[in-house]
Amino acid sequence: MFDIQHKSKGLVSHGVSACAGCGLELIMRNVMSVLGEDTVILIPPGCSALFSGYGNESGLKIAGFQGNLENTAACAAGVRAALNAQGNYHTTVLAFAGDGGTVDIGLQALSGVLERRDRIMYICYDNEAYMNTGIQGSSSTPFFASTTTTPSGKPTSRKNLMEIAIAHDIPYAATASIHNLNDFKKKLKKAMETDGPSLIHIQTPCPTGWRYDPGKSVELARLAVQTGSWILFEYEDGRVTINSKLKDLKPITDYIEIQGRFKHLTEEQKAELQDYTEKYYHRYIKKLENMNIETEEHATA
Amino acid sequence: MQKQQEKHSKELKKCRVLGPVATIFASSTTGSWRLERPVIDYEKCIKCGTCERFCPTNVIDVYKDRAECVVINYDYCKGCGICVNECPSKCMKMIPERGEE
Ligand SMILES: Cc1ncc(C[n+]2csc(CCOP(=O)(O)OP(=O)(O)O)c2C)c(N)n1
Ligand code: SF4
Ligand code: SF4
Ligand code: SF4
Ligand SMILES: [Mg+2]
Repeated sequence: MFDIQHKSKGLVSHGVSACAGCGLELIMRNVMSVLGEDTVILIPPGCSALFSGYGNESGLKIAGFQGNLENTAACAAGVRAALNAQGNYHTTVLAFAGDGGTVDIGLQALSGVLERRDRIMYICYDNEAYMNTGIQGSSSTPFFASTTTTPSGKPTSRKNLMEIAIAHDIPYAATASIHNLNDFKKKLKKAMETDGPSLIHIQTPCPTGWRYDPGKSVELARLAVQTGSWILFEYEDGRVTINSKLKDLKPITDYIEIQGRFKHLTEEQKAELQDYTEKYYHRYIKKLENMNIETEEHATA
Repeated sequence: MQKQQEKHSKELKKCRVLGPVATIFASSTTGSWRLERPVIDYEKCIKCGTCERFCPTNVIDVYKDRAECVVINYDYCKGCGICVNECPSKCMKMIPERGEE
């Protein structure tokens, strides 16, 4: 029934029409290498649809379907229910959506899954805008980044997806970055083995939307972490593990000066962004650590 | 859309599938996009596998036991330059796809 016309090393075709240097492409390959063949994937419209099919051709060897931008998590919950009805508890059901499809348009469906505790795995690859339709700003677009709908820079900061998931007391959630693939794979494995909903939020450098030399995708992901712009941590059964606790943060200019989407920033705005990033980083680390203290107090009470 | 689905489901009745559906695992020759290609100085390569790990198209193979230890499948390499940028021993570089260096 499935006609394999291309020899590939893994479960993903080598010639997929994602842009050169696309962070999403690297993510998809790593996801498939960990999850394996026994997976059903749900993909909404967006750049990830480049993998699920173009006409009668697909770039993935596994089963799946493309739903709507609003309902990726609900589609996954439906597939899970159908598999369970067949007595199939082994197949992994993966919802794989962009930031627009997660933090904006698909948020209610994700909230429903988290509330019902459906055993699905949700990956939000976050390229920080609606890339596939021409770089419109999303609620994950960072402070000051220029998009076609925020041409002079986004005036507000981003929505915090992890906090939203934690507010539902999700069994497992983690942030990840493409510069540390071992960490990412370890988290994928944990998410896959979670008996309930799990979420991985991975920053996804996008040379086309962020406007930088495509050779720098991995370097930018690393700099995002080193400057405190992207924080790596896990939330597991109510406990937080911070994976990127840094003594000193690199200056934000190291990260933003190689990206076109921050080119318009004045010196004052750069200083403001530096100040904002640092304060947010330290405040957020403290907040995460406090979560553990609360959990411990509760355990000993 | 409705008509399209009905047409497809009639044709595909034997397979019990509905709707427009991808049944072919295929590939485009994305190598034709390339303006520059990565090349390796095999002498300096330390065979660490970093380039292989970070290549988004997954077209690099590192062989510890071969003189030409890094093999790139140029049919699909998009020439992004991530391998060159990440190589710790700086033994890779990009050269223009057509013409002399
Ligand atoms: C309800 C709805 N609104 C708008 C669209 C058009 N649309 C298709 S893909 C897309 C971008 C999705 O952005 P994101 O989820 O961030 O994925 P990316 O393209 O960035 O990978 C949009 C707006 C749609 N398909 N459905
Ligand atoms: S627009 Fe960005 S996310 Fe989409 S395929 Fe291109 S590089 Fe990847
Ligand atoms: S990254 Fe550089 S040193 Fe390492 S295997 Fe590749 S070419 Fe060799
Ligand atoms: S240039 Fe890009 S696509 Fe080509 S081998 Fe290097 S990392 Fe892979
Ligand atoms: Mg996006």
